[in-house]
Amino acid sequence: MFNLNTESKGYVSHGVSACAGCGMELIIRNVLEVLGEDTTIVIPPGCSALFCGYGIESGIKISGLQGNLENSAAYASGISRGYEAQGNFHTKVIAFAGDGGTLDIGLQSLSGMMERGENVLYICYDNEAYMNTGIQGSSASPYGARTTTTPGGKKQQKKDLLGIAMAHNIPYCASASIVNIPDLRKKVKKAREVVGPSLLHIQCPCPTGWGYDTSKSIEVCRNAVQSGAWVLYEYEDGKLTISTKIKELKPLKDYLILQKRFDGMNDEEIETLEAYVREQYHQLMDIAHS
Amino acid sequence: MAHYKMLDGNTACVEAMKMSRVKVISAYPITPQSTIAEKLSDLVAKEELDASYIRVESEHSAMSCAIGAQLTGVRTATATASVGLALMHEVLNVASGLRVPIVMPVVNRSLASPWSLWCDHQDSMAERDSGWIQLYCENVQDVYDTMLMSYRIAEHPDVLTPVMVCLDGFFLSHSMQKLVVAEQVEVDEFVGEYTVNNLKLDPADPIVINNLTGSNEITEMKYQQAVGFEKAKKVMQDVFAEFGRKFGRQKSLVEGYRTEDAEAVIISLGSMSGTIKHVVNELREKGYKVGIVKIVSFRPFPAAELKEVIGTIKKVAVIDRTTGFGGQGAPLWMETRAALNQNVLVKNYIAGLAGRDIHTGTIEKVFFDILASEEESEKPIWIDCDTENAMKIREVYKYV
Repeated sequence: MFNLNTESKGYVSHGVSACAGCGMELIIRNVLEVLGEDTTIVIPPGCSALFCGYGIESGIKISGLQGNLENSAAYASGISRGYEAQGNFHTKVIAFAGDGGTLDIGLQSLSGMMERGENVLYICYDNEAYMNTGIQGSSASPYGARTTTTPGGKKQQKKDLLGIAMAHNIPYCASASIVNIPDLRKKVKKAREVVGPSLLHIQCPCPTGWGYDTSKSIEVCRNAVQSGAWVLYEYEDGKLTISTKIKELKPLKDYLILQKRFDGMNDEEIETLEAYVREQYHQLMDIAHS
Repeated sequence: MAHYKMLDGNTACVEAMKMSRVKVISAYPITPQSTIAEKLSDLVAKEELDASYIRVESEHSAMSCAIGAQLTGVRTATATASVGLALMHEVLNVASGLRVPIVMPVVNRSLASPWSLWCDHQDSMAERDSGWIQLYCENVQDVYDTMLMSYRIAEHPDVLTPVMVCLDGFFLSHSMQKLVVAEQVEVDEFVGEYTVNNLKLDPADPIVINNLTGSNEITEMKYQQAVGFEKAKKVMQDVFAEFGRKFGRQKSLVEGYRTEDAEAVIISLGSMSGTIKHVVNELREKGYKVGIVKIVSFRPFPAAELKEVIGTIKKVAVIDRTTGFGGQGAPLWMETRAALNQNVLVKNYIAGLAGRDIHTGTIEKVFFDILASEEESEKPIWIDCDTENAMKIREVYKYV
């Protein structure tokens, strides 16, 4: 019988919580539940480091290491090799990092990990800016988004993480969203079984940084998927499959309008972003059907 | 039985790592360390060493992988030099702060800029406060011996502090010398298997390592590291003594040579010490009362032991193979000056930067200067620098 007084449910400790409406908590609770206790996690400083806990108290019930911002993939590589050198091929070593720690400062060590074929599952929860330090822009921030370091709106398109992962020809990588938890859990399960590197790119809505009501996280993510701004797909043994096909893409404006970070984009900019998003979507559809 | 081999300093490191049965290796090539990375991968490929080799994409990842792997409970190996060590800076502090006792050869090389491939101590001196023990080697035998002893020192429960084994680039790393190599069984007995005495990543007994820690605890945790350094001195003396008994070669934290009745001595680090001993012998024959005091352990700095070795000697010349910009002197001088009484004259000499040879002439100049000195100088003396023309070379000239 589950006892609330002594045990929290799942692998996150009692009393640990992210900001209201944050997608990250939903992601990590589901990820850890699927992976189970035979898991070692590397978390860099950033929003998710709160799960490492504070002082003598840990925020999760599995083994883990809080790394530095740029080397989650390297720590995970070393841990995985250390286990293997002692005959432990069963513990899943994962990294759980944000977009800054992955696509900016951590890209080099991630590339090394993927190229060497390390037995590591790398999970990037992507809230599209440096939220922990105060909403500064990252290479994962979308075109037009206002952040504290792109006050006039970002001039560049979002960096393509899965494109980079696929270029390394790793056995498995996929995108996921909290709007479809069964799909997310299925992908975590698949990634767990992979021998070699795997990567999950999960959209992580941030009410504080994106500027929307904390009750709207799921709605925002649903509109992201429906408009093609966040495409759910997976790449497995060289084959790309679209997970959620959208019959007719919704106008991108439906997604943008919910969030203050896109306030101030003019019609031309919205058209530019929409054209880019659709082009990306159709390219993926073409690859999936080729 | 132990046997003789002809090895260069890098290969001596590899020999010691192999015989200490490292299990995970992460290395990134950099001159003059590269042959360490190559030879280790070769041993793994030929199955002469049962280890996992991680061909990392940077020195930062080399150290990160080593930390991650060693936290699971295995002895690891990596090595670096120069800007590679500088790139590791951030995670060097993680290794020491988490008390992960990694032993790492640092093949001393100048730091950019300007680019230089050659030896000085700027790289390791820049890391003197990173919480690593630093031992400096005189010759290839010393490299091999120091490596073996370093595992014992670093991993000792009283110490739990990583060790840099510093060997001068090219002067030692690429210099072939005859040395005595121990038998595997002797090394197994001396170094022993790796056991974790502190933090461990273990899914069966889960903890989260290295989380955010408050100011209510960090001062005390740093104090623990300081105590580790304090205790390291005793542990080193014990390990040196045991090594001496087993292998017949003696070592101490500070080593005096012909210091008896000396009027002046040079304080040295690393490979220059051999040349200085040679000059001391020559000058002694001519009637000069000179000697040399070699610092083996720069971190922890053996101040009390140094004071004892100096005894009643009144003139001390400190050769720093690094610049010490903006300070009253370079690092070795600062430590020495702080360790000795005010009635001892301690002068600082900068020499041997970026591979400039510290030859017999340079050492004689230092001895003659210190013998003739009646007071300390306000700033270091750049003894082998063409100070008269220095400001006229290259771009500096245009703006001065």
